[in-house]
Amino acid sequence: MVDTEPSVRQGAGVAAPQATVTPSPVARRRPGVWQRFRRHRVALVGALILLVLTAGAVAAPVVAANDPYKVDISAYRTGPAATHPLGTDSSGRDVFSRLLYAGRVSLSVGLVAVAIYTLIGVILGALSGFYGRWVDACIMRLADIVLSFPALILIITVVSVLGPSIYNIMIVIGLLGWPPIARIVRALFLSLREREFVLASRTVGASNRRIIFRHMLPNALAPVIVAATFGIANAILLEAGLSFLGLGVQPPTPSWGNMLKDAQSLTVLESMPWLWIPPGTMIALAVLSINFIGDGLRDALDPHFQ
Amino acid sequence: MGTYLLRRLAISVPVLLGITLAVYVIVSLAPGDPVDALINPEAVAALGPDFREQQREALGLNQPILVRYAIWLKEVARGNLGYSFADRQAIGAKIGERLLPTLGLMSSALILALVVAVPLGVLSACKQYSLLDHGATVLGFAAISVPSFFLSLAGIYLLALKIPILPAAGMQTVGQPWSLSDALWHLALPALVLGLAEAAPLIRYTRSSMLEVIRQDYVRAARAKGLHETTVIYRHALRNALIPLVTVVALGLPRLLGGAVIVEAVFAWPGIGTLALAAVLARDYPVIMAINLISAVTILLSNLLADVIYAVIDPRIKYS
Repeated sequence: MVDTEPSVRQGAGVAAPQATVTPSPVARRRPGVWQRFRRHRVALVGALILLVLTAGAVAAPVVAANDPYKVDISAYRTGPAATHPLGTDSSGRDVFSRLLYAGRVSLSVGLVAVAIYTLIGVILGALSGFYGRWVDACIMRLADIVLSFPALILIITVVSVLGPSIYNIMIVIGLLGWPPIARIVRALFLSLREREFVLASRTVGASNRRIIFRHMLPNALAPVIVAATFGIANAILLEAGLSFLGLGVQPPTPSWGNMLKDAQSLTVLESMPWLWIPPGTMIALAVLSINFIGDGLRDALDPHFQ
Repeated sequence: MGTYLLRRLAISVPVLLGITLAVYVIVSLAPGDPVDALINPEAVAALGPDFREQQREALGLNQPILVRYAIWLKEVARGNLGYSFADRQAIGAKIGERLLPTLGLMSSALILALVVAVPLGVLSACKQYSLLDHGATVLGFAAISVPSFFLSLAGIYLLALKIPILPAAGMQTVGQPWSLSDALWHLALPALVLGLAEAAPLIRYTRSSMLEVIRQDYVRAARAKGLHETTVIYRHALRNALIPLVTVVALGLPRLLGGAVIVEAVFAWPGIGTLALAAVLARDYPVIMAINLISAVTILLSNLLADVIYAVIDPRIKYS
């Protein structure tokens, strides 16, 4: 991010005044964000759970004793034991190791996909709210079109065209998730546009680009952060669902969703709970904790925003 | 109201065209030659490239994409959705037989969700910050956080395998004639799973809408008249609090349909979702196109309908 900053500024044209270092407006304007977040006990529990899950995923090579990809036909679906704390799967691979490595996949799919669509949503929403008229009409109709499709059905369609893979999942969720973010940013920009500080910066000769990104956007970030947090939870659920259906992350790469695929057989479901309860619990824990954090952020970032 | 409706309809037309164009373009990007899908590939290979070229010409595949789109759109407008690559059946008929199971599943899930969510939301609002309120909030968070396929599997594990009181899959008992009780027995578990996920946002919205309404002057007036608290809440407050729920339900339809796809997959429910999955796995593009088109148009229309209902049931709203 830091590297791209100068080139972006150069692109703004010679008329743009020399940027001075400004402290982050969110931090300056709202001194009590962390204090308010800390008071939200449920959100703190969420943050703690997420921290543990992330640590497990990051430290997977250290924590996991077994190779998550090592196939061992002789250890076909063995139950939990000292060597394999959560047993082995249909290819004799260690479930515990796969669970940790799957965390890397599932969490990063959620993060990357949401990063993509937040960026798209912020830019389109800002353009829509700032310029209004036909720009707004076009962007909002495009949002209506995307929102008319049931996300899951549209995503499986695009996946069937592009082929299922971890990167395609990130890109597809990323390209289709932007309308809610764009709507939030647009609504805020419509009211911010009329405020005096915008007029003030216009009078001193600031370019539109500078007004949008330097002056208005920081004031619209709080609800975007909240929406993006809930978005990560949803993206993890979507990825899990897709991988469960065989249209997401492809084996042998483990993801929490595709680890549950085996449980579609009633024998596994009934007599081998170690194969499906742990990954399902991990998804629920990750999604729940992120939703809790989102709830805490919503209360902390804006007391008026219920 | 009349002008509002007209303007609302006018906005929907470009969106509708955009939906059809999006569906067409996505699917036309798919790799592979429809000739291979429609005609026995061995025959195509044996008869040489000239034959393939001839077939492409005959099928209209050599025309520019916009021309092909226009032809397709004209046929769709006349109700012709084309033929499946997989079994050459008319897609309209294929989807027709899958429509009822999915609608049945979705509507029973929605009813279940409303039956659970509305009373819970009302109680949460009336006893704000009580144990019940916090409990409902946590339940709501849990319901949106547990993936529906995991919930389905857990439901099958508990209620079909460990305590076998419900069937694990399917829509009716094999070899038995259709009966209402058998159908409801099969419907129970999938509808419950789908309904629980749907209930979560409804609890939240009922609660916040109710919280807003019970602070209104007319509620105070109703109390001042000496009406019983139950009458105040359920006759005066609830009716007004339910108005925004129309929009929430309509906006939640895409998610409900997405949830139905996954639940149908786990329970082998013969609906649109399983058809869509089978079509995606078999790369049966005409079927995929038709399902996308039908669901997007349905959602567009239901949002339109929700806006109209909203205007009708809430006379306070003036549209210009």
